[in-house]
Amino acid sequence: MEMPTPNAAVLNKKSHIVRRLSKVLPRESVISEEHETRAYECDALTAYRCSPMIAVLPENTQQVSDILRICHEEGVPVVPRGSGTSLAGGAMPTADCVILGVAKLNDVLETDYDNRLIRVQSGRTNLSVSDAVEENGFFYAPDPSSQLACAIAGNIAMNSGGAHCLKYGVTTNNLMGVTMVMMDGEVVEIGGSHLDSAGLDLLGLICGSEGQLGVVTEATLRILHKPVGARPILIAFDENEVAGACVADIIKAGVLPVAMEFMDRLCIETSENFAKAGYPNAEALLIIEVEGSELEIEEQLTKIISIAEKHNPVELRQSNSPEESAKIWLGRKSAFGAIGQISDYMCLDGTIPVSELPFVLRRIGEISKQYGLRVGNVFHAGDGNMHPLILFDANKSGDLELCEKMGAEILRLCVEVGGCLTGEHGVGVEKRDLMFDQYSHADIEAQLNIKDVFDPKWLLNGAKVFPLIATEDRRAA
Amino acid sequence: MITPKTEDEVSEFLVNTSKSVRIVGGGTRQGLGNHVEPEVKLSTLGLTGITLLEPAALTLVVRAGTPLAEVQEALAAENQQLPFEPMDHTSLLGTQGVSSIGGVVACNISGSRRIQAGACRDSLIGVRFVDGMGTIVKNGGRVMKNVTGYDLVKLMAGSYGTLGVMTELSFKLLPKPEASATITLHGLSDADGIAALCRALGSPNDVNGAAHLDGKTFIRIEGFKGSIAYRSEALKSLFSDSEVTVETNLDNNSKLWKSVGDVDIFAKMKTSIWRLSVKPTKGPEIVEHLRKGGIKLEAQYDWGGGLVYLSVADDIDIRDYLVEMQGHATLVRGNGGGAAAMPIQNKLVTKIEAGLRAKFDPRELLNKGIMG
Repeated sequence: MEMPTPNAAVLNKKSHIVRRLSKVLPRESVISEEHETRAYECDALTAYRCSPMIAVLPENTQQVSDILRICHEEGVPVVPRGSGTSLAGGAMPTADCVILGVAKLNDVLETDYDNRLIRVQSGRTNLSVSDAVEENGFFYAPDPSSQLACAIAGNIAMNSGGAHCLKYGVTTNNLMGVTMVMMDGEVVEIGGSHLDSAGLDLLGLICGSEGQLGVVTEATLRILHKPVGARPILIAFDENEVAGACVADIIKAGVLPVAMEFMDRLCIETSENFAKAGYPNAEALLIIEVEGSELEIEEQLTKIISIAEKHNPVELRQSNSPEESAKIWLGRKSAFGAIGQISDYMCLDGTIPVSELPFVLRRIGEISKQYGLRVGNVFHAGDGNMHPLILFDANKSGDLELCEKMGAEILRLCVEVGGCLTGEHGVGVEKRDLMFDQYSHADIEAQLNIKDVFDPKWLLNGAKVFPLIATEDRRAA
Repeated sequence: MITPKTEDEVSEFLVNTSKSVRIVGGGTRQGLGNHVEPEVKLSTLGLTGITLLEPAALTLVVRAGTPLAEVQEALAAENQQLPFEPMDHTSLLGTQGVSSIGGVVACNISGSRRIQAGACRDSLIGVRFVDGMGTIVKNGGRVMKNVTGYDLVKLMAGSYGTLGVMTELSFKLLPKPEASATITLHGLSDADGIAALCRALGSPNDVNGAAHLDGKTFIRIEGFKGSIAYRSEALKSLFSDSEVTVETNLDNNSKLWKSVGDVDIFAKMKTSIWRLSVKPTKGPEIVEHLRKGGIKLEAQYDWGGGLVYLSVADDIDIRDYLVEMQGHATLVRGNGGGAAAMPIQNKLVTKIEAGLRAKFDPRELLNKGIMG
């Protein structure tokens, strides 16, 4: 992975910068010894590593402001970091950067059930937001699969999704306001406890900007009352196309399940060997979950079953108990881990129009043969967000490169059929160089212009999202 | 007035002009925003037609000048709808014409269902526009999960044409409900009404309309028949100490909520109409505060209390009375049809906004000053 050449002038004044940062932060919050900064050398995209020059762990918005002001004055690049669970390398350091970790910012500042909101510091983990309101029956809807570990700051940076987006939307649809520190240290409040923006929708712009426009330190999030209950159903088919057609018919019938997950044969078999969930022997499998009271669940499942039966499923398994429900989900939830047991893998997350599902799966099969690498497909079928898992051998010379090349081809395919490179993981460094496959130069220029407004010196996470060649002049200026 | 027929014609015009431009759609929302005096008007009504409607993917792509009614009709034929229930401004603003989908997006018009299904900006998943230099830009696309690069889609929604001329828009859709119910509570004060709405919205009953006006408190649910029957009972049981009626006729409900969304109760009054976006529980407090300040007014609450329409008899700027308020106030219609006014922003936000406009429209040609 190509990264910008570290700025020698910045590296040379490391001790000066450490001294300045130490004046505004507690001693233990400034990490500058090489054996300690290594803890921040990568995020969940572990194939690429680079220790930062310094890492800092501020405890409040004021400290974040002080850090950014100093880095701005000294011309030091800053890479913000939530919990470091980015699959796209969004928090990957450069050798001359300060990693600004928000992990110590994890308080709940306000819960307001009447207005259905919670205000938290941004380092708080996704799941612990829901935990904070659970005893009153509420939850925070976006649920990325890393929710146990991932921070709200990272969720906002990547506009994270999850399995339940079809009904509840993604982060941007559940974010009401932020306190954000600009690269020059100024603190700005955007949005809050009211529902719509007064002027331009800056909140919408900030969400998903991959930590390039500012550092969010506090967030106001929408919370909802939990549904009375939820129940999955498992439907297996002997062809991918038929499973795809079934999904289309369910949506056309006006049923909006809270989740519709798709698994192909490789994923079914691998997760079955690993988790023993009792999945049937089939080409394709759908796990569909509906929510509501017992009566409402029955009503929706009856509709879904009558649609599914028209497509001659190999098996249609209903759940009669919480244990059976857990078992239906077990294989799906174990899929990534199960694949990880048998091989190294790379997880893509391109999105496609749902109608293109059969074609894209067939093409992925062909690409897989051509490259000689196996692919398993797990899929949020309702919203078209694919997760092809490419299996490779990290110890075999050239295999990672081959896998990346194949991944790029699959992502280009997603774009060709009217989809996009990334549905919920973000661009980071991983898909940076594919941006021109989706966007024209004018499209990219419009985005770069936005960063110019928020961060004219291009110090904030500047080596991400866009091809380096497109940002070279701005970063050098 | 020029009326380009294609995106390229929009681009060509903007590349070659140096005149200030007012972008107009169907003209039904012309009163919104600050008054602007342009040298030339650019109509989007030549850019029409649905380019893609895929019910199985809940996806619509449509050119910006397409009449909203045409969009709604096409969706209804597939038993689907725009989730955000845009209001019709003609009666409130006394305007005529046919609302265009581009105008809906430019003003981020979102109705009662916003409380549950999100605003117009939440349903918008892709946009094509021509910026102030005539450059054609696209962002987002036709898939509902997309985090590829910055989200200019949200930025364009509600930008009142100040960043570019939108030419094509993509939306995610919702199925039309099979059934609906409106639970009406009678005789509650504003404060008690909003408290009741908070209870309803904080229950697991998936309430998607929550309004209070004219001494009535309205709670709407939509979905399948069995579910509506169940949730009606569940909601009624929350309010056993109030006088409650339930309406389950789909047509009656759709008329009622259209009338709430269109703010019909104030349409005929010769007053100023203010629109406040506030923390829902603060709605009645703010109204009380204004009344104590001696201001004669009537209020309609939507979004569980968070969207307050005020009919104010006097020609005064209520923003002067709301300095401490979190949220914002917009003059939708001046007293006797006078000019509207937009919310006041803090300095840093104003600076960022000015910076963005300078990038998208460096010659300051497009709808200049309409947002303040």
